[in-house]
Amino acid sequence: MSLTNLIVILVQAGILVNMMLMAAAYMVLAERKIAAWIQNRVGPNRVGPWGLFQSFADVFKLYIKEDIVPAAADYKFHALAPVIAIGVAVTTYAIIPFSGPLIELDGVKYGLAMAPNMNIGILAVLAMTSVGVYGVALAGWSSNNKYSLMGGLRSAAQMISYELSMGLAIIGVVLIAGSLNLIDIIQAQTDGMWFIFLQPVGFILFLITALAETNRAPFDLPEAEPELVGGYHTEYSGMKFGLLYLAEYANILASSAIMATLFLGGWDIIPFLDDSTVLGLAPFSLPLVILGHMAFLGKAFALVFVFIWIRWSLPRFRYDQLMNLGWKVLLPISLVNIIVTGLVILFLQ
Amino acid sequence: MSGSATLERVEKLRQSKILREVQDKDTVAMFEDPLENDMILNMGPQHPATHGVLRVLLRLDGETVVKCIPELGYLHRGFEKIAENSTYHEFIPHTDRLDYISPLSNNVAICMAIEKAAGISVPERAVWIRMLVCELARISSHLLAMGATSMDVGAMTVFLWTFTEREKQYDLFERICGARFTTSYARIGGVANDIADDVMRDIRVWLNQLPERMSEVERLVNRNRIFVDRMAGTGYIPAEKAIALGLTGSTLRGSGVARDLRRDEPYMFYDQVEFDVITRNDGDCYSRYIVRNLEIWESMKICHQCLDKLEAMPRTPVLSDTQPQSVVSRKAEIYTKMEDLINDFMIINFGTMPPKGETYTAIESPKGELGFFIVSDGTGQPWKLKIRSPSSSNLQALKYMAEGSMVSDVVAIIGSIDPVMGEADK
Repeated sequence: MSLTNLIVILVQAGILVNMMLMAAAYMVLAERKIAAWIQNRVGPNRVGPWGLFQSFADVFKLYIKEDIVPAAADYKFHALAPVIAIGVAVTTYAIIPFSGPLIELDGVKYGLAMAPNMNIGILAVLAMTSVGVYGVALAGWSSNNKYSLMGGLRSAAQMISYELSMGLAIIGVVLIAGSLNLIDIIQAQTDGMWFIFLQPVGFILFLITALAETNRAPFDLPEAEPELVGGYHTEYSGMKFGLLYLAEYANILASSAIMATLFLGGWDIIPFLDDSTVLGLAPFSLPLVILGHMAFLGKAFALVFVFIWIRWSLPRFRYDQLMNLGWKVLLPISLVNIIVTGLVILFLQ
Repeated sequence: MSGSATLERVEKLRQSKILREVQDKDTVAMFEDPLENDMILNMGPQHPATHGVLRVLLRLDGETVVKCIPELGYLHRGFEKIAENSTYHEFIPHTDRLDYISPLSNNVAICMAIEKAAGISVPERAVWIRMLVCELARISSHLLAMGATSMDVGAMTVFLWTFTEREKQYDLFERICGARFTTSYARIGGVANDIADDVMRDIRVWLNQLPERMSEVERLVNRNRIFVDRMAGTGYIPAEKAIALGLTGSTLRGSGVARDLRRDEPYMFYDQVEFDVITRNDGDCYSRYIVRNLEIWESMKICHQCLDKLEAMPRTPVLSDTQPQSVVSRKAEIYTKMEDLINDFMIINFGTMPPKGETYTAIESPKGELGFFIVSDGTGQPWKLKIRSPSSSNLQALKYMAEGSMVSDVVAIIGSIDPVMGEADK
């Protein structure tokens, strides 16, 4: 690894981590604003113009709060849980290809993606989200609080159940693209159709399971406020709570970005048509790549909006209904989806 | 024994009683091996879903409720004892604090009880106004019940939407009687003041826009699959059991018993207005929710009829002026007429004096049958005033509804019973 390579990777990491944290902080604001619109309220509007600095105020407040650890809690795991949660959330961003190649140094092209050409791409994403459950489960267990424990247990059961359907929903895409590499998956969509048109069932399955994976309503059982007070983060305060909270939003953005990659053509701007000919720009030219990057972020944040929209419109599932949905509905549908996709591909060959 | 020692003893007794109830022959060894035993979850008194300060002790097997022990009394303020030491007139503001979601109907209920005990007649216009505010209070209470139930199952938005309507209602209440929350509007022998024409017009405006808002709420949750799955089939209570436990109001009508005091034992002018008694036969949370939802529409009908009557009626006094020994005179007359000043002095100091005897008066409050049992010894203060509060009776059913369901259902069940702890604990 050359020095340039190392520096570029460090810069990329810096940009990505900061981007993620900023995005997560602003998604909290977006959530509050959108919730306010849905509920005929105004939403935060005191800090800065249109409440734009509310996120900074929130994070600053969390920084200066006392960090309370219950006397009966297992301190080590209590402290470890938020680290796992946020660590996993950040790591996922290394794999997502946010943009095409932007600059060329020493003959190597770099874009805003740490490891876009990883050959196991999507599997690494799944592995990361699987590790994410430890953060929540440990947080619930180590707090030594019955509500937290139930939140942690619910979350563990829920994430494991929905992981399966999520993985199977992706297989359809992988079958069509013929690769696990995220760049290859995007390339397969840039010239032809986005996979949402080829895999509509897969997209819906992935959306539902992503809601469940990120503990969002209607699957927010681990932190179901009316039942479990705060669920797994009942006993957290200060920045530890802040980290758990940011991790939740970081996961939402990560899920949205993965959905944009797998089903909405990644950085492809116009579906069905070749971007470079329509826009009159050379393939992989800088303006096109930057436009593509904007398109990618646009898609991701549109999906984030869908997440928020769903949260404020739907009631919450009950634990047994959640399990029924996961095992008895989503799993069979995803299996059928794979079989149908496989058969169609077989007949077309 | 000193006061604090007594308190400690009572507390210990209470705790041991609760513990005995949690345990049974399977769980005597409860604390020896935690893994072998059920979990005891103490829900409340401070918990987001217990509608105030209800404490529910749950014995859980996983997420399934094996045993449910509701414990009341965290908001006990001794209203019945307070009543014995205050004149009848002085007790009216205390009723605001009973069911604080619908204080207007409590005011009307206590005044009707006192009037029955003392044999006081009420001007016709005042009765129509009382009916109007009672139905407004019912809408207010049911809106909150719908919103709170929806919030308990996770549909937060409905809560905010219904609260917007309640907020508009509070503005109307303020213009009717000067207070948004603790209204104290009814008086012995009538109501405090007439409703102004523009306020009446604004009530009508509000009533006319409510159906649209209601249908928005209904479209959002009533047929939502998740909502129906959460509510339907949970918290079942059969009609016989509901009657045996003394449930009243929407909670009873959700079990298919068409009992509504407004129709069965008409008071005020409820026999002169048209409305339907809503029942649902399923006896689950969803049917109770739907009963409340549809009762709002019935109340709107009644409100319109009351407004029609009031608008067509001449503006006669709304406080009885033919019974000066029992009814407080109007301020202008107290300041200008000797007799009224004397009467005012007598009533404020010694109270309205019903003859010796016992009376029981009940109305159909939003929560159910709200009754006042007054034992009078002929003085201005009740010898005993028993409040038959619907919330505490309805809460008796929680145990039967919750056992066998899941933790999440307990929350929905409490919401569907719609208790107000101020009333349940008195």
